[in-house]
Amino acid sequence: MELPNPILTASGCAGAGRELSQFFDVAKIGAVVTKSVMLAPRSGRPTPRMAETPSGMLNSIGLQGPGIDAFLRRDLPWLLARGARAVVSIAGSTVDEYAELAARLSDASGVTAVEVNISCPNVEDRGQVFACDPGASAAVIEVVRARVRYDIPVFAKLSPDVTDIVAIAGACVAAGADGLSMINTLLGMAIDTTTLRPVLAGVTGGLSGPAIRPVAVRCIWQVHEAFPDIPIIGMGGVRTGRDALELMLAGAATVSVGTAIFHDPSACPRIVRELEEELASRGIERAADVVGLAHEPGRLTGQRRTGSAP
Amino acid sequence: MTSERLESAPAQVKGTVLTVRRVDAYYAMTLIAPEVAARFRPGQFVAVAVGGPETSMLLRRAFSIHQVRPDHGGTVEFVFAIAGPGTRWLSERRTRDTLDVAGPLGRAFPVPRDPVNALLVGGGYGSAPLFALGDRLRGRGCTVDYLLGAASADRVFGALTARRSGRSAVITTEDGSLGARGQVTDLLAQVIHEARTDVIYACGPMGMLRAVTVLAGRYGIPVQALVEESMACGTGVCMTCVLPVVGEDGVTRMVRSCVDGPVFRGDLVRWDDVGTIPFDALGAPGWKPRPPATPQPAARPQAGGRQPGSKAGRVRSRRPRAGPAAGRSGRGR
Repeated sequence: MELPNPILTASGCAGAGRELSQFFDVAKIGAVVTKSVMLAPRSGRPTPRMAETPSGMLNSIGLQGPGIDAFLRRDLPWLLARGARAVVSIAGSTVDEYAELAARLSDASGVTAVEVNISCPNVEDRGQVFACDPGASAAVIEVVRARVRYDIPVFAKLSPDVTDIVAIAGACVAAGADGLSMINTLLGMAIDTTTLRPVLAGVTGGLSGPAIRPVAVRCIWQVHEAFPDIPIIGMGGVRTGRDALELMLAGAATVSVGTAIFHDPSACPRIVRELEEELASRGIERAADVVGLAHEPGRLTGQRRTGSAP
Repeated sequence: MTSERLESAPAQVKGTVLTVRRVDAYYAMTLIAPEVAARFRPGQFVAVAVGGPETSMLLRRAFSIHQVRPDHGGTVEFVFAIAGPGTRWLSERRTRDTLDVAGPLGRAFPVPRDPVNALLVGGGYGSAPLFALGDRLRGRGCTVDYLLGAASADRVFGALTARRSGRSAVITTEDGSLGARGQVTDLLAQVIHEARTDVIYACGPMGMLRAVTVLAGRYGIPVQALVEESMACGTGVCMTCVLPVVGEDGVTRMVRSCVDGPVFRGDLVRWDDVGTIPFDALGAPGWKPRPPATPQPAARPQAGGRQPGSKAGRVRSRRPRAGPAAGRSGRGR
């Protein structure tokens, strides 16, 4: 992907860019990763759909969306007309649905990349989440890669709720993924001690925000170590330029910002600026120079470690 | 009223705290925020970041705007109750503290083209956004009556303002400590008759909005309701604040109360289905697109005319209701 800077919106946290464009120029960030679109319109889950948790939140939105027809007719053209780069996230309940979505996107013009949200239940396999099984993940990536136009990169979005994320990553790469996005949310829940009931109507939900950043760093570290040539879109609790740098040092070539947008609608352009400052203060000219740098001891020296917390 | 957006885009600014004051059971915060004040239309809200720069509270707190004034270049005031750590932090802010505030957000109350008799019904601190509306309506030649209710006297907000600025002001408290004992719906029919109400604007708990809509519907009086749904971002990106609303095409959608609301026609909100996904909602499990119905002229809350009490084809949801919503569905927490 050729992007003006390495900061993207995370899928599900920015719609299709229209709302955020009230606060900043969406063409000025690396790309907008759109909310996962499915074949048909989807209502999502009942409310309550969110709970605030320490340095994070739980969400059980349920992939509410207008469906691919409305997305291609209305949302994608709008984004492109603003001069933004669009990474389109797709989600399905069967392998065939992913294939159909991929084919529809292939006909559309202006798609920078496709991010395949495989953190969906596979209705043809007892509702097991695709991303939790290497074989199921590979099946989806294979049909998507086959149907998406050759010049549009396909990224597989990985879930951290697995025993071995490197195995899932490997299956996706072998099936043809051009890159990997990670991490999606962690499965969590909260109980309201006043009502004595789960907070979320859906009972469980996805945990996101700064609380999960160490999990994101760990996953990116592991996958980059195993597949150093596969570009990674890293995400999980990034709130500042410093956080983005951390994920890049672990191995992310680009960084998506999600939950932080709810706290600060201008988070993305702010983080673009902050990352530039972080790099400049370390004498680093190109963001690409820091990708995976933490794997190489002694290459560049930053601040001396004092051994005490800041 | 047409569905076009008349409001300008929101701003995100560093507001400076002018005052934080106790008002009975509530707090009123006044911020210097000229860009927000300049764009404000009654019914809109602000989304405020709480906890400071290193906070672990990431979700914004949303508050209806009570009033704006031209002082200091433009101030914005909102009213809140302490419901959790975020609102507690807000109540502890002092003059000259700064806050990240986004606003004004949401669709404002639509105002009628011609002068009408307007009844403004408020529950608890839900009455706060009604007073700026009352001023605006009076400026357009409308008659404004107030009906305010709460659990107790200290939970009624703006009784004095209502008495001063309304043609009439009726107060109810459940414990009888102020005004008549009871709820606003106990006196609504009587007030409607005496005030010859043409249109109702309501803000308060969801149960109150539902009851007001149903009762007003019996008299063919349109209701514009400012709903209270939990919000995380307030800006339309998180998809948490949805509720089932019937569209002009008769199709129910889960719409965001922060961008498609917070003001809705009361007769189009499926109050009984809040907290569920009605089985006929767009994209509900098993939903299939229906052929379009014979086009009907879209009913509008016209000034001076009574619209027939439209039922909008309410369908009972067959889905079991989701577990009880968390005790408060408040906008601020």
